[in-house]
Amino acid sequence: MNEQTLFELLQQQGVSRRGFLKYCTALTSLMALPASMIPTVAHALESARRPSVIWLSFQECTGCAESLLRSHSPTIEGLIFDHISLDYQHTLQAAAGDAAEHAREQAIKDNYGKYLVVVDGSIPLADPGYSTIAGMSNLDMLNETLTGAAAVIAVGTCSAYGGLPQADPNPTGAVSVSSLVKDKPVINVPGCPPIPTVITGVLAHYLTFGSIPELDSLGRPKVFYGQSIHDRCYRRPFYDKGLFAETFDDEGAKKGWCLYRLGCKGPMTYNACATLKWNQQTSWPVESGHGCLGCSEPDFWDAGSFYNALSIPDGDYTRAAGYAVATGVVLGAAVGFTNQKTKATAAAQHTNVTVDDFSLNKKNK
Amino acid sequence: MELFSNANDFLLWTRGDAFNIAIGIFIVGSIIRVLEIFLLGRKHDFSEPRGTEWGPGLKNIISRSAVDSGTFKRAPFVVVVGYIWHICFFIVLLFFVPHIELIHATLGLKWPGIPSQFVDASTVIAMAALLAMLWHRLTHPVLKFLSTYEDYLVWLVTFLPLLTGYIAFHRMIDPYPMALGLHILSVELLLIVFPFTKLMHAITLFIARWYTGAMMGRKGIES
Ligand code: SF4
Ligand code: SF4
Repeated sequence: MNEQTLFELLQQQGVSRRGFLKYCTALTSLMALPASMIPTVAHALESARRPSVIWLSFQECTGCAESLLRSHSPTIEGLIFDHISLDYQHTLQAAAGDAAEHAREQAIKDNYGKYLVVVDGSIPLADPGYSTIAGMSNLDMLNETLTGAAAVIAVGTCSAYGGLPQADPNPTGAVSVSSLVKDKPVINVPGCPPIPTVITGVLAHYLTFGSIPELDSLGRPKVFYGQSIHDRCYRRPFYDKGLFAETFDDEGAKKGWCLYRLGCKGPMTYNACATLKWNQQTSWPVESGHGCLGCSEPDFWDAGSFYNALSIPDGDYTRAAGYAVATGVVLGAAVGFTNQKTKATAAAQHTNVTVDDFSLNKKNK
Repeated sequence: MELFSNANDFLLWTRGDAFNIAIGIFIVGSIIRVLEIFLLGRKHDFSEPRGTEWGPGLKNIISRSAVDSGTFKRAPFVVVVGYIWHICFFIVLLFFVPHIELIHATLGLKWPGIPSQFVDASTVIAMAALLAMLWHRLTHPVLKFLSTYEDYLVWLVTFLPLLTGYIAFHRMIDPYPMALGLHILSVELLLIVFPFTKLMHAITLFIARWYTGAMMGRKGIES
């Protein structure tokens, strides 16, 4: 099915050797690798087979798939996407019903041990009925599909960390892919949605090297998630100078000052928005005037208001403080009156010392 | 199951439940301590007042912040380092913008911040001052003899917020939510320990100074 190499496929489409090298250059920069790696990438791609990809969509909004598909062609994202063999994706595939499920089963059989599984969306554990495909629960489909997979790519914050479905109170008992999959490599590509260039960059890495990139403690490829938004933000000099926008339309906002006070979560967020940007390097959220929401981080929906500064506590502290004042007054009064009583008792029991007490010839009692 | 599934979870806890617990203990403890002082009461003073109480009391709160030359002569190190520490500490506490945001959100008060380099420098100086004071305490025979475990505990819970704040600001621990969470937690520790140790002086000094000033004022003595 996928015996063609990527190079052969490009040749078939009339791409010249020169075009191929250009493609390799773009791919190398996409993977955030140094230019010295271009020959290695070219060499690897000449013999790379088109990997079969099975894309499973669980509790999701299709935003992640849209993020990838709406990246305008012809782009490197588009090219990569065209050159994987996407054997199952129920939003995109023409086949429906049994035929669609059959395609998935066939892909598993044909590429056993070699295919990639991409998952978007979280998996409900509270009741399988919350999300089923062709009568099969998400969990069963994941387990069945994973049997022969080489690796899993969890695309989007829902599949990487539970995302929106998992937000408090998590009615469906949603969990992430990595909390279920322990025996296969899992690459998390979080973001709500992830930057398309990052999704394809990770695919490209696998396509090129047949291995998974280096991951951080939250399972994210370090090349894309190694630095925080705040560290690469062009508004950072304003943060350091203490210049902040206080409303979305004040002088500071117009001058492009830092958005920390307006709730920017850039300091705690690891993603590539500030460097790769969005919509073909046009702009990115902070550049268009809105703080980062922290969308590539676990629990970002539960981290309090998007418009509260990161340093603000987000519990119900006013209530806690209210109870504390009441308790303090009651306990303080109790302690105070006990002390008063102790004092009064001591005063009452006080006996004056008379000269007789010092008398030397006082008889022993 | 692990206590926290990840660093963000930990940060959320420090900003949520842990903050509520800490602020609760801080308020309960402080109110108990203050009420204890006031409810103990004073015997009624039957003498004819020779002056007012409020004016001198309030004045004394401020005037006692000035260096007393006798104390300075006896313990110049403590006075100089003590002043440096307190000034730098208040710069860090009150003029770092994330701190101002916290105060604004909890107390509704707001003022302008200063560039973070100044805050950073003040943090370093404040930490150096605290280290110098610890060194002084450990090397001065009398001070060392008089020191109890409480003195060292108080030193530690005061030093930790500065250290963790410095680490978080310079992003020296990865991932950042862990660094920030540790900083917030260290402040919560300070809040919890505060009412039950000599840290309470930050509140009681106003009562003590006012009382001294008011008593002097009543007796018609310059304080
Ligand atoms: S806008 Fe956000 S990410 Fe940029 S410097 Fe300010 S706080 Fe950091
Ligand atoms: S700026 Fe922040 S919230 Fe916006 S897409 Fe990037 S990581 Fe997500």
